[in-house]
Amino acid sequence: MTTVLEPPSPEALTTAPADDTGLMRRPTEPQGVWSWITTVDHKRIGILYGVTAFIFFLAGGIEALLLRLQLAKPNGTVLGAAAYNEVFTMHGTTMVFLVVMPLSAAFFNFMMPLQIGARDVAFPRLNAFSYWAFLFGGLFLYSSFLLGGAPDGGWFGYAPNTSIVFSPGHGIDFWVFGLQILGIASTVSAVNFIVTMLNMRAPGMTLMRMPIFSWMTLISSFLILFAMPVITVALFLLAFDRNFGANFFNPAAGGDPVLWQHLFWIFGHPEVYILILPAMGMVSEVLPVFSRKPLFGYPVMVFSGIAIGFMGWGVWVHHMFSVGLGPVAVSAFSLSTMFIAVPTGVKIFNWIATTWKGSLKLSTPMLFAMGFVAMFTIGGLSGVTHAVAPHDRQQTDTYYVVAHFHYVLFGGALFGIMAGIYYWWPKIFGTMLNERLGKLNFWTWFLGFNLAFGPMHILGLQGMPRRIYTYDDSLGLNVWNMVSTVGAFIIAFSVSVFMFNIWHSHKRNRVQAPGDPWDARTLEWSISSPPPHYNFAEIPTVHALDEFWHRKYTEDDDGRPVRVAGSPGSEGDDAAHDDHGDDDHGDDDHGHGIHMPSPSYFPLVAAFGLPVMGYGMVYGRSSGQSYVVVVLGALILLGGLFAWAMEPSAEPEEEGHEPAEPATDDQPALVTAGGEEPSPPAPAPAPAPEESGT
Amino acid sequence: MATKEKSLAHEEPVTPAPEHHHATNTGLSNEKLAMWAFLGSECLLFGALISTYFLYRGRSLSGPTTEDIYDIPYTSVSSFVLLMSSLTMVLALAAIQRGDYRRLRVWLLATALLGASFIAGQVYEFTSFIREGLTIKTNLFGSSFFVLTGFHGVHVTLGIVMLLSLWNLSLRGSLTQERSEVVEIAGLYWHFVDVVWIVIFTVVYLIPT
Repeated sequence: MTTVLEPPSPEALTTAPADDTGLMRRPTEPQGVWSWITTVDHKRIGILYGVTAFIFFLAGGIEALLLRLQLAKPNGTVLGAAAYNEVFTMHGTTMVFLVVMPLSAAFFNFMMPLQIGARDVAFPRLNAFSYWAFLFGGLFLYSSFLLGGAPDGGWFGYAPNTSIVFSPGHGIDFWVFGLQILGIASTVSAVNFIVTMLNMRAPGMTLMRMPIFSWMTLISSFLILFAMPVITVALFLLAFDRNFGANFFNPAAGGDPVLWQHLFWIFGHPEVYILILPAMGMVSEVLPVFSRKPLFGYPVMVFSGIAIGFMGWGVWVHHMFSVGLGPVAVSAFSLSTMFIAVPTGVKIFNWIATTWKGSLKLSTPMLFAMGFVAMFTIGGLSGVTHAVAPHDRQQTDTYYVVAHFHYVLFGGALFGIMAGIYYWWPKIFGTMLNERLGKLNFWTWFLGFNLAFGPMHILGLQGMPRRIYTYDDSLGLNVWNMVSTVGAFIIAFSVSVFMFNIWHSHKRNRVQAPGDPWDARTLEWSISSPPPHYNFAEIPTVHALDEFWHRKYTEDDDGRPVRVAGSPGSEGDDAAHDDHGDDDHGDDDHGHGIHMPSPSYFPLVAAFGLPVMGYGMVYGRSSGQSYVVVVLGALILLGGLFAWAMEPSAEPEEEGHEPAEPATDDQPALVTAGGEEPSPPAPAPAPAPEESGT
Repeated sequence: MATKEKSLAHEEPVTPAPEHHHATNTGLSNEKLAMWAFLGSECLLFGALISTYFLYRGRSLSGPTTEDIYDIPYTSVSSFVLLMSSLTMVLALAAIQRGDYRRLRVWLLATALLGASFIAGQVYEFTSFIREGLTIKTNLFGSSFFVLTGFHGVHVTLGIVMLLSLWNLSLRGSLTQERSEVVEIAGLYWHFVDVVWIVIFTVVYLIPT
């Protein structure tokens, strides 16, 4: 799917002009708002994901604070029952689909290509499409607040509560089609990441030399790939019930609400691992660097990740122990749930062994990583108590479950992501975050987290049910609920410390980050901070796991690490390259001849069709003619896709050097066009000695 | 991919070791690997739909159901038409690999037309079912039948759009022999949709309730 290009004009330079589609001039701006809107650079898309997800995190956090305010005292009056339902539904949906998944995706995008020594992902424009679809999906979902009420059926949307009979408003419709849009975004990016990792690793990087974070990215991408279609089907069935009067979840016609639960949790349990595996990967990167030891048992870490990925498909019924599926099903899934704790436990022991006898450096990323191991262990253990079916029956729908999954998703995923943020921030923005503020951030985060969610174990065992908007004074639940609310506000304080840290580190007390501030082990640290837009001036050749470490260190006779002479950061190595200042203009210095994919409007245009279709479907239910809007949205989507297909992924750079036919649709387009400069760009050698952290 | 190799020829003077750019780690091109991954995802989509159909088989509380309404000989013919389109798809691929663009267009068009006949047959089948009193609202059978076969029909329709786009590209002369993989990838999708129909036809029409 391509078109024949006219030979470009001589002015055609790096970012390339060319009026090839006749629809719109190809975007060329290297800076400014439009350069971000049309970007296809995986690093910029990663930053967009991160910023957007953080804003949604603030929204989801405000919702959490509202819930805690309502529950702080018995018979609270902050929220009414209906508003409470909307807020807890949106809190759960936001945190799962709009915060933890896209925050992980931010790091997949930014770090994975750097870790595997690639210049971009396999399909850069598809990557931009995923981001825009995610953004539009999130805005679509949140627009429900303004358009007659947010979804109120819980993030799991159990049937038949979500049927027209019990949920006549449009809230559930927004939830259904919002999640469909987000599902498209995730599936597309999963395909993109899988292809990138399987196909575009640097020479010498076998799968078993791939950094552990990239491995976890690969596993969660496969989980996304296979889990998303299942919830897509579940949501479609629900949509057919609501929009067209089908009977899938209508008990009056023989429909089976348990089908919804099966479909939802066949998606939902792998989803749990989609949320936690990337955080595990981040922690597995941070612990070795700050212990100054290799990751203990790298192959076992990889295989236990794969084992979790497989076994994650065989445990979904533990979400349904109280449904009444019979003793055989319950016993079988009890066992499988206990078994999945084994690879998880292996990982925990390996993390502990990684730090064992290491020379620990308790920087902020390390604190968050250690916090992750401890908190995730607690969450994992309470998870095992759920595997015991009789025990689970006692806890189902109580705050004990809420405590459990917050220890896994907040104590796990968010601690891990915070470790990743502090660890990679210098690489992403070229600025060190302040350590003292970082430590304050960690300790308030840790304290607030345990105060907020620890007491929920007790509340749950005392019998406080989930999803009730208030409780009576006489139930004896007052103290721990108040403690929990205080904890939630300490977390809010911690988040504001984090934001203050960002502001302070960038505006007040800016410390330029060297290429390798932590003396780290993987390839992303071998280039400048922030990385030049082409990533690697010369694609590295990989000889070992922890390639960058082996470039810096060798072992003496006693097995102690010794700096390699002339290696990055060693004594007398003054071949300091572009660590400072001119990184943004790195292409002027080193990027000659490296031809990156050109920016494009069409991913944005195509993705914009999705929410239009969504609104058409939502309002089509109440007035049939609104379905015309669906057709309009589909036309926008198709038109965007066609224009995209007709546009070459990279504009040819210089006259006469490109073949008449451009790269096919979504070529990786890491095409290096012949430049005048005959010599290869200087291989990025080394940061200056004083910058090498420890 | 051929085009990539072409442009890589220009890379020689710039970077000493450019081979890794076009030699992907798996040996499959990115586009083909992406299609395989996507089809893997599609397996679970149809898997979930077929499971739903299975779960609700024979559980409708009111008629009409399968025996009342199926016209097996009719559907067998339209299934045969769809399966033959896989053959013409293979012939189209063979034609472009030989560089025979005229036959490529003939077979692409034939494949699209066979697919369109199948869709026309499905539209006719749906309308006759509706005339006989089975709609998506009637009972569980109606809901699960229309949604499952409808999803498949949408997939075939998208495949037809894909084939016609390729045909159009070929008319404009930009679908060359070196880019035969584009046809191969579209073919992967087309064959997948056919294979899914074999499963649906067996499960939905042939296995008695």
